[in-house]
Amino acid sequence: MIKTITYSEAIREGMRKKMRENPNVFILGEDVGEFGGCFGVTGDLIKEFGAERVRDTPISEGAIVGCAVGAAATGLRPIAELMFNDFVTVGMDQLVNQAAKMRYMFGGKITLPMVVRLPAGAGTRAAAQHSQSLEAWLTHVPGLKVVYPSSPQDAYGLILSAIDDDNPVIFMEHKVLYASSGEVDLDMDPIPLGVADVKREGEDVTIIATAKMVHEALAASEELAKDGIEAEVIDPRTLYPLDKETIFKSVEKTNKVVIVTEETKRGSYAGEIAAIISEERFDYLDAPIVRVCCLDTPIPFSPVLEDYVIPNSKDIVNAVKKMF
Amino acid sequence: MDLSNEKLIEMYRTMKKIREFETKAAELFAEGRIPGFVHLYIGEEAVATGVCANLKDSDYITSTHRGHGHIIAKGGDLKYMFAELFGRVTGYCKGKGGSMHIADADKGILGANGIVGAGHNIAVGAGLSSKYRGTDQVCVCFFGDGSTNQGTFHESLNMASIWKLPVIFVCENNLYGISMHQSRHQAIQDVADRAVAYNIPGVVVDGNDVLAVYEAAREAINRARNGQGPTLIECKTYRHRGHFEGDPTTYRDEEEVREWLEKDPISRLINYMLENNVATEDDIKNIDGEIAEEIKEAIKFAEESPFPPVEAAVEDIYTDIVEEVRR
Repeated sequence: MIKTITYSEAIREGMRKKMRENPNVFILGEDVGEFGGCFGVTGDLIKEFGAERVRDTPISEGAIVGCAVGAAATGLRPIAELMFNDFVTVGMDQLVNQAAKMRYMFGGKITLPMVVRLPAGAGTRAAAQHSQSLEAWLTHVPGLKVVYPSSPQDAYGLILSAIDDDNPVIFMEHKVLYASSGEVDLDMDPIPLGVADVKREGEDVTIIATAKMVHEALAASEELAKDGIEAEVIDPRTLYPLDKETIFKSVEKTNKVVIVTEETKRGSYAGEIAAIISEERFDYLDAPIVRVCCLDTPIPFSPVLEDYVIPNSKDIVNAVKKMF
Repeated sequence: MDLSNEKLIEMYRTMKKIREFETKAAELFAEGRIPGFVHLYIGEEAVATGVCANLKDSDYITSTHRGHGHIIAKGGDLKYMFAELFGRVTGYCKGKGGSMHIADADKGILGANGIVGAGHNIAVGAGLSSKYRGTDQVCVCFFGDGSTNQGTFHESLNMASIWKLPVIFVCENNLYGISMHQSRHQAIQDVADRAVAYNIPGVVVDGNDVLAVYEAAREAINRARNGQGPTLIECKTYRHRGHFEGDPTTYRDEEEVREWLEKDPISRLINYMLENNVATEDDIKNIDGEIAEEIKEAIKFAEESPFPPVEAAVEDIYTDIVEEVRR
């Protein structure tokens, strides 16, 4: 069945599908029950599955993640929601030192099928502690997979795979995209983790973008086309594992690369993607790889300032034009 | 107490096994045959033993950096433990975990843990899982007095309490968080007092008296199995050795150490068994001989086992991805 639904609804419907299929899938997090989640993502799930499976927790992010680790280690498939990606800092020990390393430390004798959902990104005038994009911290840690969809269809297909995965999966969700809508085939097969999507084909430059920046990149591409520059826009969709082949194929064709993410530039995952391309496809490059990222500042509150530090389509157009 | 002689002898065997394992580990470490760090459980054997004597194989435990005793008491195999300490491929974790990360999912051992206080949260998850799946499994969370100042301790007691989870929090109060005496790291004498804040029972017990520990744990575990929720048990005990092997322990005075050595839990159990005709000196000697033999065999197994192949370094991170080898 194909329906037009929002990004937020797509995530909810994906969770609903998996919860119907498998009684061991459950949700825990702050205000996910009757309240429906701070951004409304869990919505009415409690009506269908009850308070045991859509479990409100105290405000204890470390314990939410740790509880998911213990539950996953003993046969369940928890989906933990942290209200904001920024709050992952509070649960970081459980993610980095426990979830990510347990299988390895225990010699591969344990599986941890758990998902941690992180509403991320700027644009809501929420200032420095509620707007970050911390994917670099998470992709840095061996043992975690990191997903960051840009459309309702991708969000739906990827949450299905994330819940099915036997490893800890960080599922980042861009808050500004929650209300965006699109067609979703609710009977689709899960989108495998580690498969990128070419959102626009082009011959002249490769723009690799994630989450909300995919939309900025697509808007920029339309502008560039007016000047005869055809951009190829690639959305990795999964940051780890990264679909290097799709990226390389495009780089070999266009010989120019711009990487656009909403993270602060210093130490960003955009830098990691750039390094991978340099190491493995240097000979195909006609110009230095360019990163278009957030300025290296905390996210400011005033709309004027926030809009200034976050990359937009104009920044992308300018970056691309400098390459020609 | 309605403890059978068999049960008492079984507990003696466990305590002695822990003591001998740890004594051997200290020797091997001093000789440079075991790499890394080791944190020994000598002096605290009655706690793990008295608690785990009440558990089934299907029950869970979470442990700490000082975990060997918990693992042995929960049924860990000395061969695989020593092999892990030696970094061999036959170890519990194929040589990837070492002393601080021994785990055995089949025995419900959810891992020793190098992060102080991390086991609390995981124990709550295991308790939630038991309740969710409708089993009668309980989870015992072992931890030291030092970890009760971590936020995780408080978050976990709170969660376990509001959800009435089958989790038993067992504090091994050995008086020190590394070098810091309890009187300097918290303003209370009894960690068990903190149970009040979470509206759960808080019990103080002589942690060097295995019978007292057994009794307190039995009650708490029964409560947990019956759906009455968590208990905090504080076992007053002492580590005979330093925080880690090599710790000069200059922070403890000789008088204090001497006093606690006199309260040695194994000597106390031996006296009890002899006085109450549970076992004769010969019986005890025989058990000791069997344990010595088992340890000798386990060390032999470990030392004769191969190291892991270097390629194994990139395996077991994920279930479905093997990282690239880039050399």
